[in-house]
Amino acid sequence: MAAKLTFAERQVALLILVVIALVGLAMAALGAGDAMGVHGFIVLIASLGLIFVLGASLDAPAPTEDRSREYYDDPIKVGIVLAMVWAVIGMGVGDWVAWMLAYPDLRFDAAWSSFGRMRPVHTTGIIFGFGGNALIATSMHVMQRTSRARLAGQIAPWFVLLGYNLFVVLAVTGYVMGVTQSKEYAEAEWYADIWLVIVWVAYFALYIRTLARRNEPHIYVANWYYLAFILVVAVLHIVNNLAVPASFTAAKSYSLFSGVQDAMTQWWYGHNAVAFFLTAGFLGMLYYYLPKRAQRPIYSYRLSILSFWGIVFFYIWVGSHHLHYTALPHWVQTLGMTFSVMLLVPSWASAGNALMTLNGAWHKVRDDATLRFMFVAAVFYGLSTFEGSFMAIRPVNSLSHYTDWTVGHVHAGAMGWVALITFGAIYAATPIIWRRETMYSWKLVEWHFWLALAGTVIYIFAMWNSGIVQGLMWRTYNEAGTLQYSFMDTVEAMHPYYIARAIGGLLFLIGAIIGFYNIWMTARDVRGEVHTLDHPTGSEAGEPAVPVAE
Amino acid sequence: MIRWLQKLYYPIQAGHYRLERHSMGLALGIIFAASIGGFVEIAPLFTIDETVESAPDMRVYTPLEQAGRDIYVREGCYLCHSQMIRTLADEVDRYGPYSLAVESQYDHPMLWGSKRTGPDLARLGGKYSDDWHVAHLIDPRAVVPKSVMPHYAFLADTPLETASLPARLAALRAVGVPYSDEMIENAARDALGQVRPDSDRGDEVLERYGDDTQIRNFDGDTQRLTEMDALVAYLQILGKLTDVAQVTESAAIEADMEAVQ
Repeated sequence: MAAKLTFAERQVALLILVVIALVGLAMAALGAGDAMGVHGFIVLIASLGLIFVLGASLDAPAPTEDRSREYYDDPIKVGIVLAMVWAVIGMGVGDWVAWMLAYPDLRFDAAWSSFGRMRPVHTTGIIFGFGGNALIATSMHVMQRTSRARLAGQIAPWFVLLGYNLFVVLAVTGYVMGVTQSKEYAEAEWYADIWLVIVWVAYFALYIRTLARRNEPHIYVANWYYLAFILVVAVLHIVNNLAVPASFTAAKSYSLFSGVQDAMTQWWYGHNAVAFFLTAGFLGMLYYYLPKRAQRPIYSYRLSILSFWGIVFFYIWVGSHHLHYTALPHWVQTLGMTFSVMLLVPSWASAGNALMTLNGAWHKVRDDATLRFMFVAAVFYGLSTFEGSFMAIRPVNSLSHYTDWTVGHVHAGAMGWVALITFGAIYAATPIIWRRETMYSWKLVEWHFWLALAGTVIYIFAMWNSGIVQGLMWRTYNEAGTLQYSFMDTVEAMHPYYIARAIGGLLFLIGAIIGFYNIWMTARDVRGEVHTLDHPTGSEAGEPAVPVAE
Repeated sequence: MIRWLQKLYYPIQAGHYRLERHSMGLALGIIFAASIGGFVEIAPLFTIDETVESAPDMRVYTPLEQAGRDIYVREGCYLCHSQMIRTLADEVDRYGPYSLAVESQYDHPMLWGSKRTGPDLARLGGKYSDDWHVAHLIDPRAVVPKSVMPHYAFLADTPLETASLPARLAALRAVGVPYSDEMIENAARDALGQVRPDSDRGDEVLERYGDDTQIRNFDGDTQRLTEMDALVAYLQILGKLTDVAQVTESAAIEADMEAVQ
């Protein structure tokens, strides 16, 4: 990878890596005896490894061709592979902890393997490892293609991608050692959080600078969503993670907020991690890869404007629906509920826009599993946003909250929407990025599709059942006017559903492994190599970047 | 109204058409649209006095209890146990008076939780004996046969690290918990003192944290101060930092009775 850098760029990259290595060394020395010391070693080893890779080709001849005539796809290749690696890790751990809930002794006799420490490994591995890498990789693809311009900078894309993965590694290894802030989906401790801020600023700068180079007058819709994802996640991350470390040489810190204010801040973050990480970014994917693959223009440009600003404005209000009937003031709960219901309008506008785009291309949906991934993702997006608005209604929430219904709802979104759109986008992008005619095997894409769909449906139905059963059991009174069931009765009743859920998850995991194999073989299989590259050009030349209406 | 909107339609569309050509304009628009909701919902929680009730008898966690709370966080207990009893009849019947905001006012961060794979723990303190907790944590299924909880036997064998307690209490004071200089200075000493009843150290803990503080050996091992001591001390104080919730409930019941009469 260093062969494509000029000598000056190699020196800059080396300098950055040396600085990071020194920081790692300082953390290892000062944090000795604490988890921070272990993290110092991880930073040190990661940066030394990259210094070694860079050093191996430090003297290679500098590139002679005009680089601006070509898209910069190397970081995207690595990003796609990393996304799939994290998918297998995150789903593997997820399925393991699912089995643990059915058979609690299915674990190692060591502190690190308890449900409480492994569950954040699953959520962070999926949301940030799989989802985050997929977002970064596809955003680099989309921003170049829709701008008809090469990425701004040679080092910045690598810094963003690899720096981000360092954050995820620090987070996940921290949980295993018991390092956590306990803030759901923001468990990583203070130094990892600071590092993510640095990476994120570089990501935003990369995006804006690439847009500034564009050869198209307008910024395409997909980029609005990616921009919203980058910007709002930055705000959420910084505010929610404000904390005071007990010591600058140890991992433990205490949240700046407490009690009810902390609860509201955490769910303002938590639900908007769903909104801006798991929805806005992935809608960016949808708005590029779906019309591109279907070869149909987006159904309605106006609808996309309406849904974009609706999502950006409404979502931020709804976090308090996680706190119905709690000590949070009633007026905040009511606001959260009201906006949650209103949110259905822009959400369904997006889902409808995607589905209407497929009009005239339904035969492709039937024949092409890649497009079918995206179609089913849009359907699940519509279903889970409806379910979300429904569950945010206070009396419904009194039944669903604290039960597996919530878990089922989240997975309808995470598996049905986020993962399926990602697989669709990756299958669409992989041949283009690696300059192949098609994927290595279309049959394996079919297998993956049906395994993923079956796994998702089994999972959701299991959790609907267990959640509603448990919620009803908790509130059942007998004729004497006392509670009918002990808590343990309700735990016992969950057992069959937990087994069903773990089987659903296993199918989904097998699908992802097949997908990874298929992508790996596509990258390796040089037989299918094609040389008709797409190039950055002025908008007058060639076809439009995305299909446009007549 | 409709006509008015119709008049606005074309200017808005034209405006948006222009906005799409400016990346920083879009960025600022996104930031603006996304900040309104957060401001309206979060900022008032810090300023409206009624948000958190007043409880004059509310005390802070002792160093041992705080150490136990840190273990509770470290092990991810909050992922399966909530600490927030909702204002619903069945929850009050099952767990006790519903939770008030003031009860978690010193909780940095709060541990209200979002999922009950196990029962709510907001009022766990005093419900079971120390022995029960120790036996249950060492082997949950020995006590509750159908439990799916992981075991935490290693806590009983792990000596509690107390050297960092002064720094931890100081950090908590920095974010708003009213620890005194004396409490911070003696944090490590007090952690040990809380498991040494009838000793000078134990008396000092009572002096600093109040006469109701539970001073006893929690894990049955009188030789060592272990992580089990800390966690059980924390579990036994849950819901007992103040009795304002019980007072509020009995006041509400009395008001109901009067209304009936």
